[in-house]
Amino acid sequence: MRLGTLHLDRGGQIFLALLALTTLLVPILNLAVPADSPLHVSTFTVTLLGKYLTYALLAIAVDLVWGYLGILSLGHGAFFALGGYAMGMYLMRQIGDRGVYGNPELPDFMVFLNWQELPWFWHGFDMFWFAALMVMLVPGALAFVFGWLAFRSRVTGVYLSIITQALTYALMLAFFRNEMGFGGNNGLTDFKDLLGFDLQSDATRIGLFIASALAVAGGYLACRTIVTSKLGRVTVAIRDAESRTRFIGYRVERFKLWVFTFSAVLAGIAGALYVPQVGIINPGEFSPINSIEIVVWVAIGGRATLYGAVLGALLVNYGKTYLTGVMPDAWLFALGGLFVLVTLLLPQGIAGLLRRKEATA
Amino acid sequence: MKTLDTLRTTMRRDQVWEIMVPKTGLELDISHGTILYLEDISVTFDGFRAIDRLNLYIDAGELRCIIGPNGAGKTTMMDIITGKTRPDTGTAWFGQTIDLLRLSEPEIASVGIGRKFQKPTVFEHHSVMENLELAMAADKRVWPTLVARLTPEQHARIDAVLETIGLQAHRARRAGALSHGQKQWLEIGMLLMQDPHLLLVDEPVAGMTHQEMDRTAELLKSLAGRHTVVVVEHDMDFVRSIANKVTVLHQGSVLAEGTMDEVQNDARVIEVYLGGDEGH
Repeated sequence: MRLGTLHLDRGGQIFLALLALTTLLVPILNLAVPADSPLHVSTFTVTLLGKYLTYALLAIAVDLVWGYLGILSLGHGAFFALGGYAMGMYLMRQIGDRGVYGNPELPDFMVFLNWQELPWFWHGFDMFWFAALMVMLVPGALAFVFGWLAFRSRVTGVYLSIITQALTYALMLAFFRNEMGFGGNNGLTDFKDLLGFDLQSDATRIGLFIASALAVAGGYLACRTIVTSKLGRVTVAIRDAESRTRFIGYRVERFKLWVFTFSAVLAGIAGALYVPQVGIINPGEFSPINSIEIVVWVAIGGRATLYGAVLGALLVNYGKTYLTGVMPDAWLFALGGLFVLVTLLLPQGIAGLLRRKEATA
Repeated sequence: MKTLDTLRTTMRRDQVWEIMVPKTGLELDISHGTILYLEDISVTFDGFRAIDRLNLYIDAGELRCIIGPNGAGKTTMMDIITGKTRPDTGTAWFGQTIDLLRLSEPEIASVGIGRKFQKPTVFEHHSVMENLELAMAADKRVWPTLVARLTPEQHARIDAVLETIGLQAHRARRAGALSHGQKQWLEIGMLLMQDPHLLLVDEPVAGMTHQEMDRTAELLKSLAGRHTVVVVEHDMDFVRSIANKVTVLHQGSVLAEGTMDEVQNDARVIEVYLGGDEGH
């Protein structure tokens, strides 16, 4: 990263400052302030915030390909879930013989299915470094292969969006099957500890929250570096006039491929941080509606701003937590209504509104 | 048998495999004074002969205008030179050594043929300067693009082109906010950034005001010499104001060639084009 990445990026500066402040304050308010004080932040809230931050990272990843490259991916939930599964597999192996069946080698669901030995693709996941590598490698490899096929054949626009939907749907169906060896319907859960730290303890929760905050900051800076570089100008050129960009000598499909792959890796990291905080990963994470929801966050926050994606992810998910608490049935209507309103009244999203305010002030 | 033949060819020991042969002749050679040779080219679209045994030679450094009624094959000819359309028969050479028919579109762009399309397509969300930066001849692979920074020479180059096209005052302006004429100049500037030997310009003055037309004429004339410029245009006054040599296309082949006065007095030209419809 070079100096100047955040130059002229007021939204980003404010966002990173707020993020740093929250990351400093929340652990103090959770650990040092007594539980009966009104300033106390409960561990539940810390975990909720941590979860929102992983969503924010996911939204940044989607904004990079949608806002700056013009690829409306309706399948980013798949990369998120794959990263989550990689982490979940590590956490399963960490359970060891503390499972219900007490088998030191096999996770419970495999014992239940009468499997005798660990499938080959589960090997290595007892080591954290390996799992961490897979968190990035698996979504990255899938995005690379998918992108290589799709972009080389110049599939664009709505067709590409539909294929990404199909991708995540197909993965969902596959992961639902018990024979796949990922716990089927129930997914992976009942995690005990991560790197030897008890997942239920306050300190671990705080640690995961801080890790998520760092990941969001890192992801933001990485994406910001990309979009402010010449590469970023090329991707915007591709978004606005693809054939023209090809004509002046850029191999458009390669640019798309690498940026898409990078974005999938970010989504995978977000998924890996998400799973230990919510304590479960199941095929529901692959469901097409999830991927669409991510796009809605970005649209509401404001495309092609990066910090807008964060804003959208946080606001919508806060709204979701709140509404599903008080009026569970109303949530989907609220989300749909919000999307329609934003599309009609705020095509630039909330970030666009803020920017307009700033311009007139 | 066919497999055997393929195998034999593959295993021949007196030559290396075709994929191993370096692509020769990407260096432009214009020692004979001619930069573009189109010979005996024909293209058929669904039975319609868009180009019919066309022969055309362009000298290095000249400013050539190509005119002709609609459907004469002007745009198809440009498409063949830039690799967008492949001819059924014929040869197209760029200088003595470069066989255009063997190169892909980006390769043709990189050996030094730039094309300006009829409709200006600049990158609307980028500033004028960024448009030029994107078009600049540079390493255009992904990673080098990510770490690319403008060197002082490149800055100077952009400034020089900005001056040539007369948009210095608008360098930071969003290209989408430029007037129609300014967009056309910017697009010519983007071509110049690639340092092309041959510039193909498709209807540069369509929709321009008279002042803009005059400036465009000056711009194109100033480019000739350093670059070879081929202009396809309908506007006769404009063609008269810039060209010393005009080629008239008709039904896919060259009908006449010469100075504007010569072709305007050519009986066949008058018959098929100028006489029939002076209104252009």
